[in-house]
Amino acid sequence: MWQYILKRILLFIPTLFVITLISFGISRLAPGDPVSAKVGQGSEGGMSGRSTLNEKTVELIRKQWHLDKPVWQQYTIWTSGLLGFDEHGTFTGKPDFGNSFLDNRPVFDKMLERVPVTLTMSLLAIIMAYAVAIPMGVYSATHQGTFADRLSTFLLFALYSLPVFWIGTLAVTFLANPEYFSWFPSGGLRSPAFNGNWSIWKRFMDYGAHLALPMMVYVYADFAFISRQMRSSMLEVVRMDFVRTARAKGLAERAVIWRHAFRNALIPLITIISSLVPSLIGGSVIIESIFSIPGMGELSYKALVARDYPMIMAVFTVSAVLTLVGMLLGDLLYSLADPRVSYSKKQS
Amino acid sequence: MSTQENASNHEGESYAQFVRRQFKKNTFGMISVYVVVVIFGIAVFADVIANDKPIIASYKGSTILPVFKEYAVSIGLARWDAEFVTAEWRTLQYEWSIFPPIPYSPSTTDKRLASLKDRAPSGTHWLGTDDIGRDVAAGLVHGSRYALSIGFVAMGIALAIGIVLGAISGFFGGAIDIAISRLIEIMITFPRFFLIITIVAMVEVGSLWLIMMLIGLTGWTNIARFMRGEVLRVRTLDYVSAATALGYSTRRIIFRHVMPNAIAPVLIYAAFGIVSAILFESALSFLGFGVPPTVVTWGSVLFRARASTYSWWLAVFPGLMIFITVSAFNLIGDALRDATDPRLRA
Repeated sequence: MWQYILKRILLFIPTLFVITLISFGISRLAPGDPVSAKVGQGSEGGMSGRSTLNEKTVELIRKQWHLDKPVWQQYTIWTSGLLGFDEHGTFTGKPDFGNSFLDNRPVFDKMLERVPVTLTMSLLAIIMAYAVAIPMGVYSATHQGTFADRLSTFLLFALYSLPVFWIGTLAVTFLANPEYFSWFPSGGLRSPAFNGNWSIWKRFMDYGAHLALPMMVYVYADFAFISRQMRSSMLEVVRMDFVRTARAKGLAERAVIWRHAFRNALIPLITIISSLVPSLIGGSVIIESIFSIPGMGELSYKALVARDYPMIMAVFTVSAVLTLVGMLLGDLLYSLADPRVSYSKKQS
Repeated sequence: MSTQENASNHEGESYAQFVRRQFKKNTFGMISVYVVVVIFGIAVFADVIANDKPIIASYKGSTILPVFKEYAVSIGLARWDAEFVTAEWRTLQYEWSIFPPIPYSPSTTDKRLASLKDRAPSGTHWLGTDDIGRDVAAGLVHGSRYALSIGFVAMGIALAIGIVLGAISGFFGGAIDIAISRLIEIMITFPRFFLIITIVAMVEVGSLWLIMMLIGLTGWTNIARFMRGEVLRVRTLDYVSAATALGYSTRRIIFRHVMPNAIAPVLIYAAFGIVSAILFESALSFLGFGVPPTVVTWGSVLFRARASTYSWWLAVFPGLMIFITVSAFNLIGDALRDATDPRLRA
């Protein structure tokens, strides 16, 4: 097992290399060089700023960002920064993604601040989605063809086809709008009046009111997807011989379903987890920007709007790494859930 | 593959016939096909459905066909008469005229609309207008062109790359297979949405072609994996050996013998791929990246809704169009998956 993990991690290296190359390439893709973008921003976005002052600033920034060096050196400086080495090659242990254009703070720090919000929300959403979707999928599959099954299949399909950005917009338009229903705050993580002196209950309710809509939008999409998967995988399993055997030997229906069929039907669902990990960032861009929640997604959205290259490169690299980790995690969980799958003996 | 007794009156039918027959049994699938046909019709006839020019009119004694003349002008076959170049088509004095049912183009701005109330859906603007007075209904009608072309072009690119690479990888095996499989592995790990959004945001002028290319270039991995598996499976079957023995070329074997059986399942990927392409573009436009501001797509109308939260019509209608289209393609994909399920064939 450990050997397998090690091998997989070693296989990450070429992939990571390509990812950093692309990430680095993206920053060169933009018209002009990053510095002129930066200086342009400094002078209120004006393009007229070709004064001597600006020339000096450009020179300074070029030096600061090593743009005066050849491209391959820039690339090695950037990547060694990612690995936690400073420019003299000494190991600092802290990844350096450069400084943000917007406020000149280290990108890594800015990202660290945002991670807890996004991570909490998406983990909560995944747990909630699984908790409802699995029993529902099982019920639907074991009562195939009944009215309840048809209704739920139909509703789930509709949910599944509803674009997240539409539902989010509708929620903000109708449920958080004084014109129609002002049930929820329209955005943010907590009220402007929020302070630490509030009682726990009051603080909790404040967070709850702000998070209700975004969480609902977060959950429904995953929920519909997982539920449909659960149903089809369960339907596949109940047709199998070992389920018939279990029934034939006189087991109670409950035991057949939950002890025999269910555990096998769960296996494909585990691999879905791996596809949910990268959406920790990707999926949140839309939702967080709709509800202006200060998480990773909103950070990357703002970085994109402002063309904050160091930040964009960082988010891109991090989400690619997350995808890799997610896939490895999925494979490992898969072998845990299904003893027939063994990575130790077989070549992958 | 042997067909058993319940297929008795369908004996000798080809695989394609079998899939078609199974597909027709699926009510939702069939309805969806009609829905797609209707949307397709809207896209094709968009200029006749929503346009600020009359379809046919009599002006100063001569009969003119401005909508169709527009086509001729755009491909350089004709030129507008000087008086029409800057004409406000709707205010010209016609002897008689037939206007399209929605007498606005997607970019026509109705300047009479001052207050928010004027912009709400009404007799003049069925689905209301956006904040600068552009008719929503016209935008949605013309938006169907962008949605469908993005779906089909992006998917076409993905299909072409996926089928060819997958088939090559499966058929030749060895070093080629390893190289292509590695490439697929690397492609899969890209955060696709973020990659596309980043490139589109970085490039100075976004265009629909760029978005189509990016979606297509990043969306072929599943198709390639499927084709590879299919070719690997089929490669050892007798009829392929027979074809080899008959001295057919590799290309002929792949395209004439191996491919036809893999086409139906590939179409499943295509249906879902179209869905994700349409959703990608809408999401990009919704976030304000992607298409230039003059182009009206379903997503860009929704983007306007974010700026003016009181205009509920901007939030509801474009999303509804996306939802209907996406559902239709999803249902077609589901129906195809059921229809190609070999277990039903027993």
